[in-house]
Amino acid sequence: MKALLRRDLALALRAGGGFGLGLAFFLIVTVLVPFGVGPQSELLSRIAPGILWLGALLACLLSLDRMLALDWEDGTLDLLATSPLPLEAALSIKALAHWITTGLPLVLAAPVLGVLLNLPAPGFLWLVVSLALGTPALSVIGAFGAALTVGVKRGGLLMSLLVLPLYVPTLIFGAEVARRGAVGMDVQTPALMLAGITLGVIAVMPFASAAALRVNLR
Amino acid sequence: MNLAVKDLCVARGGVPVLMGIGFDLPAGTALILRGPNGSGKTTLLRTLAGLQPPLSGQISGAEDLIAYAAHADGLKSMLTVDENLRFWAEVFGSADIEPAIEAFDLGDLRGRLAGTLSAGQKRRLGLARLLVTGRPIWMLDEPTVSLDTQAVEMFAQAVRAHLGQGGAALIATHIDLGLGDAQVLDVTPYRASADALAGASDEAFL
Repeated sequence: MKALLRRDLALALRAGGGFGLGLAFFLIVTVLVPFGVGPQSELLSRIAPGILWLGALLACLLSLDRMLALDWEDGTLDLLATSPLPLEAALSIKALAHWITTGLPLVLAAPVLGVLLNLPAPGFLWLVVSLALGTPALSVIGAFGAALTVGVKRGGLLMSLLVLPLYVPTLIFGAEVARRGAVGMDVQTPALMLAGITLGVIAVMPFASAAALRVNLR
Repeated sequence: MNLAVKDLCVARGGVPVLMGIGFDLPAGTALILRGPNGSGKTTLLRTLAGLQPPLSGQISGAEDLIAYAAHADGLKSMLTVDENLRFWAEVFGSADIEPAIEAFDLGDLRGRLAGTLSAGQKRRLGLARLLVTGRPIWMLDEPTVSLDTQAVEMFAQAVRAHLGQGGAALIATHIDLGLGDAQVLDVTPYRASADALAGASDEAFL
């Protein structure tokens, strides 16, 4: 399992690996929103948590179809499926690798980009906390979407449609934590819901993903 | 270890392609699969490797013993030869890649990115993967594609050595590998008739 994680991270960091794609997208969205909204710092700071969360979610979505498609094309998935590593474990590791290369940089970059959106000072901590709690769920659910559509040529559109509804609860509670944090309200309830969703999908989704992938490998 | 297949019926895309296949593959022997293109050799190998369920019939003695080599080698073009092999060695829980490097003469290529190798060199690397799996039953789908005569001899030698150590091999190929007393199974007579198992479907979402 460690070997797979190391390999996926190495591949992501080498040329053409797609590392930084999500981060660049996130950066572009948050830099451009103030231009689109106009010079109203009041309004910006009110919508900042939602924009940051939406940007992070779309940035995650952007890199999902690479997660399994490349391994499918060169036959690695077939060989992995016949290896001693259970597919459930392999997909969990791939989701983890995706989170480390996409989700984690987003979490770390969010406070910096929060400045651009005039995020109120108390909001920074909760923005980071909510993203750190929520982005793992995005990667794990994304692995399920990738497993469902692997082998479909240009399956990115289909995958987005399948995955977006599953992202909604994470987005609602994640953005709610960040919003409440920013205006100084109590964040406990949405934070617990967000953590619960993340833990739930981490526990259940790998089995669903592996089942979907087995069907697609036939 | 003895791979036994009895009255097996395999399907591709829900359409039965081969039926009534049966053979024994005891340790130390090789079985060559022959048949024209599209006759179902790959489907049979994929079924035996556990990548798809059979329509009917029994496969015994295959669980977790099979090293499968498909048309695609599963190589990452941005990893070096060494890293590619080491990855599969670690996945299969064996540490030593030296015998595999040696058997397929990859020593000079170790530091090269797999993406810069020629087709034949890639194939050699793909076949070297079999040695690091440490699995006793090799299932090879057209293993000699794009290999030159020298590399084919290298491969035949590796298979012979593997059989000598009590392994077994099931090889779909059209060329003569010089494996001596290998049995040959021509799949043509087992082709499924058009109406066999009509309506059978492996569609999971229906």
